[in-house]
Formats: sequence, C-alpha cells, structure tokens
Amino acid sequence: MLAARALRLVGRRAISTSVCVRGGHGVAKVDDYALPAYFDRRENPLPEIRYVQDLSSEQKSLKEKEKGSWATLSNEEKIALYRISFNQSFAEMNQGSAQWKSVVAGMFFFFGLTGLVVLWQRKFVYGPVPHTFEKEWKEKELQRMLDMRVNPVEGFSSQWDYENKQWKK
Amino acid sequence: LLIAVFHYYANCQQIMTRTPLASRSFSHGKVETDEEFDARWVTYFSKPDIDAWELKKGMNTLIGYDLVPEAKILDSALRACRRLDDLASAIRILEAVKDKSGPHKDIYPYLIQELGPTLAELGISTPEQLGIDKL
Repeated sequence: MLAARALRLVGRRAISTSVCVRGGHGVAKVDDYALPAYFDRRENPLPEIRYVQDLSSEQKSLKEKEKGSWATLSNEEKIALYRISFNQSFAEMNQGSAQWKSVVAGMFFFFGLTGLVVLWQRKFVYGPVPHTFEKEWKEKELQRMLDMRVNPVEGFSSQWDYENKQWKK
Repeated sequence: LLIAVFHYYANCQQIMTRTPLASRSFSHGKVETDEEFDARWVTYFSKPDIDAWELKKGMNTLIGYDLVPEAKILDSALRACRRLDDLASAIRILEAVKDKSGPHKDIYPYLIQELGPTLAELGISTPEQLGIDKL
C-alpha cells in the first residue's frame, strides 16, 4: 500500500508484475487494469498519468530544462514536452474516420445478399399459392363482393356503377 | 380556504421571483453568481502549493461544466502550470478551451487575446504556434 502510494506520487506504473514481499505475506499483486490509465478524451483533457512513463535521457534533460524559463524552449522542444505528457492532440483525437463508408457499403451488400436469398426462396422453397388466388376464383370473388354490396357508401361497391355494369370513371 | 391557499401560493411566487438570490422558482437554495463562480475557481488555481493532482482535477472538473471558463480562471490555471513546471498541461488547457467553445468560433481568439500578456510572460506557445492544432 505504501509502496503503491509512493509510486503514484512519482507517476510511474512499473509495478505490474514485480511485487515487494513484506512480512512473509506479500503485497497483493497489482494488475494493470487497476492502475491509473492514460486516455485521450475531450471531456478529460488532463489524464491521471503522463503518456510516456519511462523517459529517455534526452527527455529527462528536457524535463529539467522545463523547470527554467519556457521562453528559452524552442518549438520542437515544446512539442516534445507535449508528446511526453500526451499521446494525441485534440485535433488528432477528434478527427473522424472514413469507416462509415465501409459500414454503409456493408449494409448495402447484405441487403443485396438477402434479396438474392429471398428470390431463391420464392423459386425453390415455397410451394404453390392457394387455389383461391386463381383468376376464375378471383373473378367470382369480386362478383360476390359486388352482389353483397361491400362498403356501398364510400368504399368498394360505391366505385361500381351497377346500371352500366362497370367501374365508375 | 381554497382562495386563501391560492393567494398564499401566488404571493410565494411573487416573492420568489422578486428576490435576486433565489431566481428560480423551483430551487430554494442560494444561486451562485457568475462572479462568485469565477472568484472561486481563480482562488482554487491560485493556491501557491497546488499539486499536480489538484490541477488535473480542477481542470477536468471545469471542462465538465456547461461553460467556457473566463480568461481570469485560465490565467490562474496557466500560472499553476508554471508553478508545477508543466508546459504540456498549459498547452493542453488551451486546446481544451478551444474544443469546449464548440461551434462558437469567436470565443477562443478572444481568450487568446485576453491571455496574450500572460502567455508572453510565461513563455507558453499556443497550439496554433506549435502547429498541433492541425493534423
């Protein structure tokens, strides 16, 4: 616990596998996921830890230089300092991707595939339609509906001209 | 009785909308003014021995609010970065504020203009000057 806290102040997370054993029981192994993580988010501009944990010697000397006046730092040095602390800049993290094109393309592809499957089914899977769909049957059905005066006010039979035996124009 | 209750209710509404403190009718607590909010945050970042965690926590919380921080708050935060020898965070704060303005493109240039003296004094380059605002 004390070791973890001391390490946290320094901002390091190098204790993932090596563990100090104390008092014969040992400190619980700290798994990676339990340690503070770095992530670039718009709503969390300053993550808990620096991006680069293990600094090279030039980075270390740059960090020392940072303690002095910042006006003496060149642009490259400032960018280098930024990249030590952060992975992506806001512009980089906010950039969109062209992934949506692949998604839409995939959608259309599967629509097409499904269409082919449906056509094949109609031809090879489904049996004949009921006999009540035949032409003569349908003609008789239609005549029966007109004889019954189905929906005579505003619906079906209202469109039929009973005098001239034809549909109303 | 009903009329009495109604008059009492109407009176309450009137009282509540008259006083500047409780300007909303549905919350009974005191509402902090903009100046008080700003002052509170300036004081937070002005702590002389502020530590890195407090800076991060303060900044992340501030960005979580539905507002773009005033120049004086940012000034205080940038000076806190200087005390902590953290130039990267200072640049990040400027980026975050620009991002926070969203579609209101005129806020960020205004803030940079207001912070101009501080940026020059501390030697902080803006993301634009470093070219990291582009891809």
